[in-house]
Amino acid sequence: MKKAFIPLLSVVAVMFVVAPFLIANAPYESTMGLIQKIFYYHVPSWFAMYLAIGVSGVASAIYLFKGTPIADAYANAGAEVAVVFGLCGLITGPLWGRVAWGVWWQWDVRLTTALLLELIFVAYLMVRRYGGPGAEKLAAATALFGTATAPFVYKSVDIWRTVHPQTSVIPTLKPSMGGPFAFSALAFLLLSTLLLTARVHLAKRQMMVDQLYLAHEDQP
Amino acid sequence: MMLIPQLLLSLVLQPPPGQSEFVPVNELPVAERLPAAPFLICAYAFVWVAVMFYLWTIWRRLNKVEADLDALARKTPQR
Repeated sequence: MKKAFIPLLSVVAVMFVVAPFLIANAPYESTMGLIQKIFYYHVPSWFAMYLAIGVSGVASAIYLFKGTPIADAYANAGAEVAVVFGLCGLITGPLWGRVAWGVWWQWDVRLTTALLLELIFVAYLMVRRYGGPGAEKLAAATALFGTATAPFVYKSVDIWRTVHPQTSVIPTLKPSMGGPFAFSALAFLLLSTLLLTARVHLAKRQMMVDQLYLAHEDQP
Repeated sequence: MMLIPQLLLSLVLQPPPGQSEFVPVNELPVAERLPAAPFLICAYAFVWVAVMFYLWTIWRRLNKVEADLDALARKTPQR
């Protein structure tokens, strides 16, 4: 993965340069017009967040039950990347809503649960940073709780009545809209994977530093 | 006689009468709708800036860790 990192990063960078051109050529949505084009960054941001949450959740479960340090590194990386993409979703959403709905925010089910999901992973990072010894286990439990919440956030628009568009808009996209959306989603998922890889590499190096410090302390 | 033109002028320059009622409409006039482009550009720019900033923080932390590793490697006696 180390050798593939720079070429993959270049591919993702090219995809992010090409994506706006594809999005600009996509047709306008009939009721929302130009502002609907935020969709091509907004939804993939959430997809990238869900991927990072999945990684954090699975790794947290492994860490809780087996205590593998590398699983903890993946869990921490997943939580950090999830917070970054969650923030992207939470900022692009209100920018879209301000024009489409006339308000920045609505306390409806989708928006509120999405905010809570972001806050759960912010809590994870705060527990890691300020929790003291043993905080890793508490943080792992928090990540599991957050991961269990994620499917409810995704399906909330189909279960409850909300102002937010339903999940059915994605499978029913016309090819002229679906093509740019799939391209953008792939770019975000690749970017999420690369950020996770970079963050895990950082955690591995940090573990090496910790081991060397301990080895120095043990020396007579 | 001299005051008549001034009187007429002041009548012409009277402010319009205050609004006596509010008329509801379901849609804003086109000219008053929020332009979408600045919001769209802000959304795209934010994602770029957030990702670049995060990538920069990883790079900065990695540099610090590598420096620590080098320092520790120099301290470790060769066997």
